[in-house]
Amino acid sequence: MSAATPAALEARAVSQLYARPARAFEGLARRLGLASPARPVQALDRVSVRVERGEVVGLVGESGCGKSTLARIVAGIRPPTSGEVLVDGKPLASLAGREAIAAKLRTQMIFQDPYASLNPRMRVSDIIAEAPRLHGLIEGSESDFVDRALERTGLDPSFKRRYPHQFSGGQRQRVVIARALAVSPEVLVCDEPVSALDVSIQAQVLNLFLDLREQLRLTYLFISHDLGVVHHVSDRVVIMYLGRVVEEAPTEEIFRRPNHPYTQALLAETPRIAPGQREFSPISGEMPSPSNPPSGCHFHPRCPHAMPVCRSVAPPLEAVAPGHRSACHLNRMPSTLEQEIPQ
Amino acid sequence: MIEAPLAASPTQAPASAAPTLVVRDLCTHFPTEAGVVRAVDGVSFDVAPGRILGLVGESGSGKSQTGFSILGLIEPPGAVVGGSIVFEGRDITHLPERAMRRLRGNRIAMVFQDPMMTLNPVLTIGTHLVETLRAHQPVSRSEAARRACEALAAVGIPAPAERLDAYPHEFSGGMRQRVAIAIALLHRPALIIADEPTTALDVTIQAQILFEVQKLARAQGTAVIWISHDLAVVSALADDIAVMYAGRIVERGPARAVLAHPAHPYTRGLIGSVASQNQRGQRLRQIRGMPPRLADLPAGCAFRARCDHATAACEAAPAESTVAPGHHLRCFHPQP
Repeated sequence: MSAATPAALEARAVSQLYARPARAFEGLARRLGLASPARPVQALDRVSVRVERGEVVGLVGESGCGKSTLARIVAGIRPPTSGEVLVDGKPLASLAGREAIAAKLRTQMIFQDPYASLNPRMRVSDIIAEAPRLHGLIEGSESDFVDRALERTGLDPSFKRRYPHQFSGGQRQRVVIARALAVSPEVLVCDEPVSALDVSIQAQVLNLFLDLREQLRLTYLFISHDLGVVHHVSDRVVIMYLGRVVEEAPTEEIFRRPNHPYTQALLAETPRIAPGQREFSPISGEMPSPSNPPSGCHFHPRCPHAMPVCRSVAPPLEAVAPGHRSACHLNRMPSTLEQEIPQ
Repeated sequence: MIEAPLAASPTQAPASAAPTLVVRDLCTHFPTEAGVVRAVDGVSFDVAPGRILGLVGESGSGKSQTGFSILGLIEPPGAVVGGSIVFEGRDITHLPERAMRRLRGNRIAMVFQDPMMTLNPVLTIGTHLVETLRAHQPVSRSEAARRACEALAAVGIPAPAERLDAYPHEFSGGMRQRVAIAIALLHRPALIIADEPTTALDVTIQAQILFEVQKLARAQGTAVIWISHDLAVVSALADDIAVMYAGRIVERGPARAVLAHPAHPYTRGLIGSVASQNQRGQRLRQIRGMPPRLADLPAGCAFRARCDHATAACEAAPAESTVAPGHHLRCFHPQP
């Protein structure tokens, strides 16, 4: 991670606060003691993530951890409350005009639900050609352009006059991918791209992602709650909990030597296909509300190793091995670590 | 078919070794404009007390309709058109609605995928539990409230007495599913049918629910049918596995046998296409093609268009054969 080569995509200390807009007379009501101030939800708390050129970074977390908010921010769909997004080392917010448009086209997003992310009243040919047409990216005939786009994602070009409802879930996700690739992006931000698909179709779409990565030298930020999928496609994995990054490491490293107690719990509780039932020993509790997060380390109420310091001080993300960073107070007491987390 | 007298008390029920539920050649069809949809087409299985059967399949495989058929919840014009469902020794295939209502929520309970859809948003959690209790047993309100409290505690809800007055929206998804399970367990049912109950939940919460279900099924001797698309969840939980494809069970048997020695090409394909079963970064072994439309199923084996081993023989429907004790298969070309 040298500073010399800029990352394809980087989020630097990105925070996102969602606050309810003030209602009429709320100020007055609050002064009279009739209303309590609206509590903003901190969806992201100074999150930094780097995606190097050609790399696949898997982003894992449970619902409410802020992973989809981060996806929308790095894809340039919405600006963060604070912090900055860098595309090839240039802050996205500082770009204007043609440069800004080019930077936004470079990063495209794939959404989870292919039933919600395609306009039901547009033909597939228009869904795919609309953006490149607007940006003047189509060379030659539009019909040939659409044919090539469909073939690239494994769809029959004769389908191009059809509407989204005439496709199955897996085919729709291929249309979504064809649409994203139509503007020749370098980075794809994929938010749970296979979660809505059947198991046998998931494998087909994952294979398409792997093939396209090779053919087009794509870079992926791959968001999923499915650790098996993330393990399979990612070079590096970032784990989030309640708006913060708690651990990041190369894929093999994080699966072999998970450092953060939350990562360890996630790995232990992900069901795997294995003959023989297993006994479950789940960690207790649920993810707290992001509008009222616990003090200190957000994970401390559920952590089996929680210490007094965890209640008051948020542990910083620190290196525990080359390329492996974790945010846990246990790492600051080497003796405790060895005792409590035997490898 | 076994007919038991209606007055039989639970103590006279068959010995514990007898299966709680016996389903034979169940067929549930839906007439549509595009033709008859054979959602369930000749399904047979047993569930014994205290055992968990994992019913696995992709969307449209008929796994949910199998559950609805058992509960008598098939909406007309759909109907159970063949086969038998024998519950605790009594044929309930064509039970009148009044008699079915006495069973449903009492001896047979169901847990659905989305607890936000099954809990009434304008009723408190306590009302849900008390109404379910009083629908089947003449208990006083205070006694019902006490038992509701116990039921919530049994599924791991902290401070149950205070939570009785809460509304569903005040609960998280995991907590709502716990409530749904508590309601299902109120009358100590002999059979629970759970349809994708943890699909909407996070990994750590899913583990908590699986833990509670495993514990309760064992402690109370409840038979469970766990319907899921997720082989990994089923492999962790189930004693037996049945794999459905296009309305038929293509393979069933003890979970260990089905997972370690899958004989049907579809089962092998499903297991093989899961990411964790493949070399990292390599292309996944995938099943080609798409599941067929149920309204125009091909004749013979429904999987043959996607199968690498299909031959001319597969144009006839394979009958169920036995590959090992308790391990059944519908395939002309079982894999070693």
